[in-house]
Amino acid sequence: MSDLSYVRTEMLPQKAPPATSVGVVGWLRENLFSSVGNSALTVVTGALLLMLLSAILPWVFLGIWDAESLADCRAQFAEMYADGRTYACWAVIADRWDQIMFGYSFGNLNEGLYWRPLLGLALILVALSPILYPNVPRIMYVATAATLFLYPWLIWGGSIWGPLTLAMCIIGGIVAFRFASQVMITAFALPVAIVVTAVLIMVVMGPLSNGLASVAALELQPVPSREVSGFVLSITIGIVAIVASLPIAIMLALGRQSDLFIVNKLSTGFIEIIRGVPLITLIFVATVLMKYFLPSHIDLDPVVAVMILVTLFTAAYIAEVIRGGLAALPKGQYEAADALGLTYWQAQRLIILPQALKISIPGIVSNFISVFKDTTLVSIVALNDPLGISGAIRSNSDWNGIVWELYGFIALVFWIFCFSMSRYSLWLERQLQTGHR
Amino acid sequence: MSDLAIERKIDRSKMEVSDEVAIQINDMNKWYGTFHVLRDINLTVNKGERIVIAGPSGSGKSTMIRCINRLEEHQAGDIIVDGIELTNDLKNIDKIRSEVGMCFQHFNLFPHLTILENCTLAPIWVRKTPKKEAIETAMHFLEKVKIPDQANKYPGQLSGGQQQRVAIARSLCMKPRIMLFDEPTSALDPEMIKEVLDTMIELAEEGMTMLCVTHEMGFARQVANRVIFMDQGQIVEQNEPEEFFNNPKSERTKLFLSQILGH
Ligand SMILES: Nc1ncnc2c1ncn2[C@@H]1O[C@H](COP(=O)(O)OP(=O)(O)OP(=O)(O)O)[C@@H](O)[C@H]1O
Ligand SMILES: [Mg+2]
Repeated sequence: MSDLSYVRTEMLPQKAPPATSVGVVGWLRENLFSSVGNSALTVVTGALLLMLLSAILPWVFLGIWDAESLADCRAQFAEMYADGRTYACWAVIADRWDQIMFGYSFGNLNEGLYWRPLLGLALILVALSPILYPNVPRIMYVATAATLFLYPWLIWGGSIWGPLTLAMCIIGGIVAFRFASQVMITAFALPVAIVVTAVLIMVVMGPLSNGLASVAALELQPVPSREVSGFVLSITIGIVAIVASLPIAIMLALGRQSDLFIVNKLSTGFIEIIRGVPLITLIFVATVLMKYFLPSHIDLDPVVAVMILVTLFTAAYIAEVIRGGLAALPKGQYEAADALGLTYWQAQRLIILPQALKISIPGIVSNFISVFKDTTLVSIVALNDPLGISGAIRSNSDWNGIVWELYGFIALVFWIFCFSMSRYSLWLERQLQTGHR
Repeated sequence: MSDLAIERKIDRSKMEVSDEVAIQINDMNKWYGTFHVLRDINLTVNKGERIVIAGPSGSGKSTMIRCINRLEEHQAGDIIVDGIELTNDLKNIDKIRSEVGMCFQHFNLFPHLTILENCTLAPIWVRKTPKKEAIETAMHFLEKVKIPDQANKYPGQLSGGQQQRVAIARSLCMKPRIMLFDEPTSALDPEMIKEVLDTMIELAEEGMTMLCVTHEMGFARQVANRVIFMDQGQIVEQNEPEEFFNNPKSERTKLFLSQILGH
């Protein structure tokens, strides 16, 4: 028998791994102390973190929640600590949180109206559910459509018939599109439907809504646009921009890829012009300068003007993100769709966009996050976003001189929204994962 | 390349060529910019024919079969598929595309859809087949290509050979009269080549009209009724497989055959 021959006679049982490679100890070793350099880094970072937290945490957690004014806060600290230490004066948040959240019109001056933005927010959550979660039943899109008209009514008040008749006109336009697209191609049917809608809005809407209002008033106390403020303003502009910009962005991205010369150049031109100008300039032009160009009887609502601009601005950026996604798809996907006989729009809807949008999710969401924060730029045209409100609070003699507490609170609220969006996008990416490749 | 793969006896009972014309190409020319890729192509394909197209890389094989379903546009000459002339009329193009199935070298399955959804998509949206019926048809063809148990997986979870068979099933679900294959096995490992070729042989046995760009000369010998040799954008020689392989006429063909069979 040769020395090379070997036969195992008994199989080895499974053993537990050594303690140093699993559990807490294993994790620490592997992640924090794997080498001398890593250990040093861990110690230095740990020390810095400790210093930072020992400065911040007491300030946050030993703060005072119950005080009349900043002077009162200081008096209370002086009483408590002989050495003159002071901590946060959260009393300003306790006193004014509703103003920061709901602004002037719904805030502490008008407590009876809280329900309107709160109900609006709840409606928005319901409306977004079928869009955000693929498993929610399709019927919920009815709620989405209803919210489109109910939310503005809740915020701005006035007669319910305005939004309702507008909805009717738009439904009329959709019906017109259905009929038109049976006798002509989509590229012609769409303008026809838009014209029909516009005519309905200009001719039918006013008399109809007045007529209905004289039958049954159904009015909410109106709120002037300039008074819509605080986080209600930020969220309203942010959500409108986010929801409306995506379809526009998709159209722009497809337009920029199109072989049709005019469509291509128009899309490209639009994207490049809007992207080349700072948002703040656009907002300023839209609300301040447009007044001089428009006929004097047309009263451009500043909030609506800002919404439109922020939407277009976001759309231009997202269009480029989506174009990247489109370009990343292999040519074979287009060819397979063509070879199966799918039309252009079918191929886009069923094959190309689902994949391109999936690739683009991180870029799209990061644009959403940035536009939500950019809503604070409306202060340039004297609208009161949460930062504007904080300025107003500080100019009150009670809270004059308070800074960190207000900014900290506002930053926290923004962070909660933005972080939720970021987590949602990660979740969605995981949901859409279909095998490797 | 090899004569491998095909061991079983081929059933020729239904493999008959009819007199009816399936594809008629007259004096077709195509340019990419100024580059003349296809020159005076004349080709008549009858129903039930199994044609293998061979030729060196860059000779225009892919371009020619891609012109047949308008993935590429030709600039001169006529192409008539199933009695319909290929013009710029989108209606005609869509009609031809739904009659002509195509399989690609890299399968081109839709990675975001399951195997079943890949197969039912076009019947539902293009043919307006009711969903239930489309699913039944899809399962029928998935059984035929021997992967019904993978129906709910995604393409990324299948092997290359399985993916190519799904791609064939996906085309068959549209009930095409003509099938085009562009190097369906050249991205596959040898053992997977066999399973795909078997599927294609079965298709031939059922009388499908097939145009197939391939380097599988074993397949050409046993299944094709005609082999076409292309070089520099032209059809250089065509013949029955027996004659083509044993008695090639042109020097180009001899050289090509000696290169791919000769070692
Ligand atoms: N989109 C294109 N633009 C310009 N030239 C092209 C394009 N596609 C192919 N060609 C050229 O046309 C010629 C024919 O290409 P084709 O893909 O038809 O060759 P083929 O015979 O299929 O080769 P292979 O065996 O490598 O697949 C090649 O010289 C190629 O470089
Ligand atoms: Mg090729």
